[in-house]
Amino acid sequence: MTIAHDDIRLTDRSEREVATLSMAAALNLALADAIEHDPDVVVFGEDVGALGGVFRITDGLTARFGEDRCFDTPLAESGIVGTAVGMAMNGMRPVVELQFDAFALPAFEQVVSHVAKLGNRTRGGMRMPMVIRIPFGGGIGGVEHHCDSSEAYYAHTPGLTVVSPSTPQDAYSLLRAAIASPDPVIFLEPKKLYWTKGEVDTTVTAALGSARIARDGTDVTLLAYGASVALALEVADAAAAEGRSVQVVDVRSLSPFDDATVTAAVRSTGRAVVIAEAPGYASVASEIQARVFERCFEFLAAPVRKVTGFDVPYAPPKLEHWYLPDVDRVLDAIDTLHWDEDA
Amino acid sequence: MLHADLLPRDTTVRLIDENGTVVADAHYALPDTDTLVRAYRGLVEGRRINDQAGALVRQGRLAVYPSSHGQEACQVGASMAIGDADWLFPTYRDSVAVIARGVEPADALVLLKGDWHSGYDVRAHRVAPQTTPLATQLLHAVGFAQAAKHRGEDTVVLALCGDGATSEGDFHEAMNFAAVFHVPVVFFVQNNEFAISVPLSRQTAAPSLAHKAIGYGMPGQRVDGNDVAAVLAVLGAAVDRARSGGGPSLVEAHTYRMQAHTNADDDTRYREREEVQAWVARDPLVRLRAHLTGIGALDDEVDAQFAAGAETIAAAMRAALNTDTDLDPEDLFRFVTETRSPQLEEQWTLLRGEIERGQLDATQTAPIATGGHR
Repeated sequence: MTIAHDDIRLTDRSEREVATLSMAAALNLALADAIEHDPDVVVFGEDVGALGGVFRITDGLTARFGEDRCFDTPLAESGIVGTAVGMAMNGMRPVVELQFDAFALPAFEQVVSHVAKLGNRTRGGMRMPMVIRIPFGGGIGGVEHHCDSSEAYYAHTPGLTVVSPSTPQDAYSLLRAAIASPDPVIFLEPKKLYWTKGEVDTTVTAALGSARIARDGTDVTLLAYGASVALALEVADAAAAEGRSVQVVDVRSLSPFDDATVTAAVRSTGRAVVIAEAPGYASVASEIQARVFERCFEFLAAPVRKVTGFDVPYAPPKLEHWYLPDVDRVLDAIDTLHWDEDA
Repeated sequence: MLHADLLPRDTTVRLIDENGTVVADAHYALPDTDTLVRAYRGLVEGRRINDQAGALVRQGRLAVYPSSHGQEACQVGASMAIGDADWLFPTYRDSVAVIARGVEPADALVLLKGDWHSGYDVRAHRVAPQTTPLATQLLHAVGFAQAAKHRGEDTVVLALCGDGATSEGDFHEAMNFAAVFHVPVVFFVQNNEFAISVPLSRQTAAPSLAHKAIGYGMPGQRVDGNDVAAVLAVLGAAVDRARSGGGPSLVEAHTYRMQAHTNADDDTRYREREEVQAWVARDPLVRLRAHLTGIGALDDEVDAQFAAGAETIAAAMRAALNTDTDLDPEDLFRFVTETRSPQLEEQWTLLRGEIERGQLDATQTAPIATGGHR
């Protein structure tokens, strides 16, 4: 089951283009292609112009497309999102950048009270086709307020689509789908993966609302999103060395959630561990855990475990390695999944 | 523009005084008589709409009504100051302005009736949905105007807020964005002296709210908010300025909230009756009636016609609001997103099952509470 925006024609290119790109470059390409493809798309935020964004995701867009299409704003997150709401009301497709997770919070009222609700309030009379890009998560040694995981706030808000890519290909494809969506999308970019490289095919689509099987396996399913997908794949390699076949599902869309793919995956292995960086209490990981329990209970050999950040404010850089889920913590969780009963 | 030109006057712009006498002004002309007669008719209708809505709250037909009784000159002025192709961004207290733009009263009151969160076709009337969170809509107005400017359209956006909203961060961000991007927006603050119970002196230490404009690099002006002629003249100049590429401006109307914040509010706890009474003499209807009668533009017969027209509107409001609308439970799920997610489909299936099994009545609506709300 997917939410269909995958049938949009993503590019005007006459031929498919395939290149090896970092996730940052893939996002940049997606923005450039969207601006070129649709005259209603505008990109704005703090530092996105001459500087190209603090992570260079918007590098060169102003030079190439002009200030009309990619521009710097005053330093004011509510202003960025609130004016984007007005633009979307008037037929444009704004794509805004909020520089870091915690810096997005001044815009929270606009996101929750207006971005998420205006389509509903107006009975579909005013849709909010806008994308809010937020560099997301930790693992980069950032100082306070630069590494939080805020996805639960957004996923908890009806009306918002919340997605996070974990590969350059998904970064490209999901961002194009997000910009094409008639509904507002919170687009969470895992900072830790900005510089990882992979093949990007500009004709490949990814549907909002769909999960992705990142690796096949038969013994246990790891459910992850964002930077945790890379960790899950490391865990799978390490577990393979111990003789366990680990399946990795990149949940990818936090809301709406792809129950069909996740349920089928967990039923096929009978064991599951959810991995996320955010504090685990009342989290997206909790929700995934609950959904899997509800749908897979009779297929499970063991309780669904979750490995998450601790319920503490995000750790200072030198303590971060203790806070973040790592390979051993996930392997330990896998070890608790009642393996002896199979013997 | 010189910095001094951005500053508002020390006193409010006034063109017709409390006795109905014209006050000459070097910069603002008195609107023509036909316009003032139309405005007067709008005031009569606006007053009647306010009073009728109050009665409907007492009868339990509206959950709540934030009255603009006494502020009708601001409401009607806001509606008349912009052209048909322009846009109005109202708040919850601006129902009279919304209705004056052509929205059916019953449609304008859907939010307060409890049927839905907004009840009119926003695009047909070029009126944004009324907002309840303070000052947030000012940013929407700015973005809306930015989009119009981006496409080369000459739309002007008139954004309304009250004095309390000027303390919010979004007020500041909206002024700043509008000035930096030089967009065609007019911010119209109806300073009615109270934000629920908190007086203006606790909102600001500025000489006036209009003085805030110079800090953003835009002109500010103060107007007598109970003088519809002055409201029309000052807003008209600001709208002309915006349309001709002159950028945004801020207009502060000095008016007074004659009634409590809503039916849930007890205004005797925070203001003296004498203060309220003092504003009766400044009633916007009385002074315009005196002026128009004095120059022979209005007689008892026409006045009675206007009153009868207002009575017809009130009767239509009563009829519409005394009729329960058929509500569709699927509406809960229908508009959340353009494409309904599998999760919402499951939840609608659950609710539909409950209704089909008779656990919930599909037609009966819940009673509304008429007390204790903001």
